[in-house]
Amino acid sequence: MIEEQLGRCVASWCPGATGVTAAAKLSGGASQETWSFDIVHPDGVIGAILRRSPPGYGAAPSRAAGLDAEAVLMRLAYEAGVPSPKVLHVLQPRDGLGTGFMMARVEGETIARKILRDEQFAKARPMLARQLGQIAAGIHGLEVAQLPELRRMTAAKEIFELERDYRGFDWPRPVFELALRWLRDHDPGPSDEVTLVHGDFRHGNLIIGPDGVRAVLDWELAHFGDPMEDLGWICVNSWRFGEIDKPVGGFGTREDLFAGYEAAGRRADPDRVKFWEVMGTLRWGVMCCGMMQRFRSGPDHSMERAMIGRRSSETEIDLLRLLAPRGK
Amino acid sequence: MQDEPTPTELTKAVADFLRNEITPAIGGHNAFKLRVAINALDLVTRQLALQQGGDVAEAARLTQLLDMQGSLVELNRALADRIAKGEADLRTPGLSDHLWQTTMDKLAVDQPNYASYRRELGRK
Repeated sequence: MIEEQLGRCVASWCPGATGVTAAAKLSGGASQETWSFDIVHPDGVIGAILRRSPPGYGAAPSRAAGLDAEAVLMRLAYEAGVPSPKVLHVLQPRDGLGTGFMMARVEGETIARKILRDEQFAKARPMLARQLGQIAAGIHGLEVAQLPELRRMTAAKEIFELERDYRGFDWPRPVFELALRWLRDHDPGPSDEVTLVHGDFRHGNLIIGPDGVRAVLDWELAHFGDPMEDLGWICVNSWRFGEIDKPVGGFGTREDLFAGYEAAGRRADPDRVKFWEVMGTLRWGVMCCGMMQRFRSGPDHSMERAMIGRRSSETEIDLLRLLAPRGK
Repeated sequence: MQDEPTPTELTKAVADFLRNEITPAIGGHNAFKLRVAINALDLVTRQLALQQGGDVAEAARLTQLLDMQGSLVELNRALADRIAKGEADLRTPGLSDHLWQTTMDKLAVDQPNYASYRRELGRK
């Protein structure tokens, strides 16, 4: 079955490979799957990951870059020295596996609670914010002319889409209204520089080892826009997992993030970053409400989704802490 | 009149059974799902205990703030609408306190262990 199919595909581009073992589905909704597998090779086993839409699922949701674009971005990032899995193969129609790509498996941890609490990451934690600044600078420095076609976002467009989604839920949330007003009143306008934006630069999409960041994953939400968006998104409180006094992913300071960014030759704009942090907090809140909607209307009628809907109030308290802070 | 035990007692009994008897026996992805299930039952238990008091206080604040009568959803729609139109904002007397109190009451049911909530509870 899947191992046979993978084996036939791997044999077509990996000379000497004799088969595939240990295939296991890591995650997957109806339209997109991630598989881990081992390529058996005389020189030693090669750990690999398949990210694909199975045959019959072609179209990506409107915000998604598409798997072909993701593969190109990952390859360009790898070549530019951004920690990234090496892309091994882009699926072809003859592979019969759908659309997507295979990449080298990078060992490490993506689960935030482990990264923030386990002893093995204790030495890495103080370095991570600065490293992420450098990595973001690498992403934002990729030459635009080389990049695939991606959606172009501005703060105004993002506000428009968030408001449209929120109104679509038809459920009043005065705190979200306050945030939407604040965002419109504080929109800094289009950025001077338009760069590649990763779009989901946070825990879960970072593979971290005891030595620091090993890979940036998941370019699904990549787009062109204000580079400060990525720096704001990683400061959103929802990604601090309880370590609320360490704004960058629960492990570091904004100063370290900006220092790493500037050491790599780019300028951070703290006011814009704050703006995108507010936007990101609202965005996660709206996404939580969206989970509730998908739970209600199916097809994913899972209690996990339902319960994520009840996390939107977390973003309301975080928005109030940002916009209407109370005294000590 | 429905008989006893109350919904609160029933959901709490089920949650405790899952937590104490079933959790040790389950592994893998189902252990994660079981934790989510227990969290859901705990949330329902908290809501059954807290919702009525919170809703009454919220409606009273909204009635005063907006100077109008209505159901809780209608009042919240009216407030949302005024904020959207710029007719109410953080300078409006009582608005900030109302949003804070309402949000704190939501968190007390939804995620009482959320770190931001714990921090803000300590401010009072």
